[in-house]
Amino acid sequence: MSTEALIDKYFRPGRLPHIWCPGCGNGIVTGCIVKAVEQTGLTRDEVAVVSGIGCSSRASGYLDFNTVHSAHGRALPVATGVKMGNPKLNVIVVTGDGDCTAIGGNHLIHAARRNLDLTVVLFNNSIYGMTGGQYSPLTPFGSKATTAPYATIEHDFDVVELAKAAGATFVARGTTFHAQLLTDLIVKGMQHKGFSLIEAVSACPTSFGRQNKMGGPVEMILWQRDHGVMKAAWDKMTDEQRQGKFPIGVLHEDNSKVEYTVAYDYLIKKAQEGKK
Amino acid sequence: MSRVLLLQGNQAVVEGAIAAGCRFFAGYPITPSTEIAEELAKQLPLVGGKFIQMEDEIASIGAVIGASLTGKKVMTATSGPGFSLKQELFGYACAAEIPLVLVNVQRGGPSTGQPTSPSQGDVMQARWGTHGDHWMIALSPSSVPECFDLTRRAYEFSERYRVPVILLMDEVVGHMREKVVLSDDYENLPQPMRKQPTCKPEDFLPYDGGEDGVPAMPPFGIGFRWHVTGLIHDETGFPNGSPEATVKAMDRMYHKLADHYDDIVRVEEFKMEGAEFAVVAFGGAARTAWDAVTMARAEGLKVGLVRPITIWPFAQKHMEKLATQVKGILVHELNCGQYVGEVERAVKGKVPVFSYGKYDNEPATPAELLAEIKKAMGGVK
Amino acid sequence: MALKIITKRCKGCGICAALCPKKVLAVNEVEKVEAVNEKECIKCGQCEQHCPDYAIFVEK
Repeated sequence: MSTEALIDKYFRPGRLPHIWCPGCGNGIVTGCIVKAVEQTGLTRDEVAVVSGIGCSSRASGYLDFNTVHSAHGRALPVATGVKMGNPKLNVIVVTGDGDCTAIGGNHLIHAARRNLDLTVVLFNNSIYGMTGGQYSPLTPFGSKATTAPYATIEHDFDVVELAKAAGATFVARGTTFHAQLLTDLIVKGMQHKGFSLIEAVSACPTSFGRQNKMGGPVEMILWQRDHGVMKAAWDKMTDEQRQGKFPIGVLHEDNSKVEYTVAYDYLIKKAQEGKK
Repeated sequence: MSRVLLLQGNQAVVEGAIAAGCRFFAGYPITPSTEIAEELAKQLPLVGGKFIQMEDEIASIGAVIGASLTGKKVMTATSGPGFSLKQELFGYACAAEIPLVLVNVQRGGPSTGQPTSPSQGDVMQARWGTHGDHWMIALSPSSVPECFDLTRRAYEFSERYRVPVILLMDEVVGHMREKVVLSDDYENLPQPMRKQPTCKPEDFLPYDGGEDGVPAMPPFGIGFRWHVTGLIHDETGFPNGSPEATVKAMDRMYHKLADHYDDIVRVEEFKMEGAEFAVVAFGGAARTAWDAVTMARAEGLKVGLVRPITIWPFAQKHMEKLATQVKGILVHELNCGQYVGEVERAVKGKVPVFSYGKYDNEPATPAELLAEIKKAMGGVK
Repeated sequence: MALKIITKRCKGCGICAALCPKKVLAVNEVEKVEAVNEKECIKCGQCEQHCPDYAIFVEK
């Protein structure tokens, strides 16, 4: 199917153009999500998209699935209920860096720990865009933000390492420059039976780029090209060569842990058989 | 066939939930509501349902909202500080019209307060705890059998009106044990149902209230791909910031409950025949009032009890009528005086309204309340 | 026509023009993208894949 036909199929009629700023990476990531859904062969009825609050979380309203635009930080708890209520649904969680790792940070580590079959697509634009450019837990140390006029002195999370440590069984990172890779990673995440997190490195020219003199949309997407390194190459690099760069691709996969809804079905069976 | 059981109020809530078809519970441990979570953890899997202990109170109500969207009847339960945390997504459930039952076994506050002491200090928080204008239902049981009945009613209202319902308990009722007679087979009991669309998916308007103001709510996954949001939205379910759409949405949500006052607002009268003075009390405090009124009658005092079972929406019509029937009203509640303000607002000074608020961690004895009744009646004369 | 541009969706970010290996595209004075050199298009799809606004498609 052509990309144009894909957009027509998966976007709700009459909802485009979207609200995102010129050069915002959110549209690219959202495009990767619908391409990924098409590749999985799932019908639109079999997919639920749950988002939080923020720029990226507006994606749910555009997409023609069962969609929830929940509350700030709360996409994962709501998605937990959707998945447990109907395990047949393939649940994609759309969230941003502030939504997922600040106000929703506790939910992130616990959803990962449970290994519930959710696919989190974390749109990481390093800033709170909707409120106009405040620093988030993923804003790099030393960056400027409206709430860090002298540059932030807070160390940022590496959300890939955070998710791994919390027990996520599939963790990957892509960028909007590496859009084909990002689509592939989302497909793998959706097919993975367990908790998956795909960090999508994305540009916010309006609120992050401008404050940090990173140039416009073009310079910011080229920055991703120049700083994202495929895992195979990354593994061969020295610490010195890795300075300022980040690995992309599938960064962690563990198929040894039972998925939560599968475990729950077993629990129900055991309870009904009268065992303890 | 039926079973005769000696149950705690919290356990009766669990039985009521299972009987009403609740198949999903998410919660977080907190005194004095924890027994509800413990008991449902045991019982839900037996009927094919699911229980999950979430990482906090906010996540718990978030999970029940998600499960409700898949068509499940859902519950979360809490007390004190947990009730404060749940306010955020309770407001979401109001805005997006998500059916759920939230049990609050009240304890003394503010903050950590008095975790194991009876209180009715959350009366106003139940109504106005979340931000913004909103409409909801709160029911308050006074006995263990009523915990069972009102839990079922909470589901009836929640599903019928597509609204979150608070079961506003207190520690007295939650932890007390009484005899309860329950059906052996809950499947014979009527099951509350949500309105379902009768149109094709492509014609579906998820927030069109129809004649009664209550939109149909198909579960996720069956072909109606609708959008749920906490932003003010129009019939399509998509955000709409216009003044007209805002007023229309707010008015519909108000009217879907206000226009059904007679169904929703239940008030019980006790010894009100010929009463010249009324005690108003609810929940655990009404138990003291039953005895105190009986004692007053034995002394020849013409006193009756009006017991609101539905706390919110407020029993406006009942209280307006009461103001024309008696010469004075005493509101007894386990707080510094909350519901009494609403009663005064309805009575509009037609008769004197007295307040006996008790907030020393212990329910009043009937003798204490009787003394307050006599004092108040003296004030009337 | 190898390229389809939906002008009303275009926000003129310039990503497609910058990533085009054949300099086929340019953002005009009203901040909309145009094909200025369409005969050079090799249909690589870089523009389509990176357009944040679904405003440009390569027709097969």
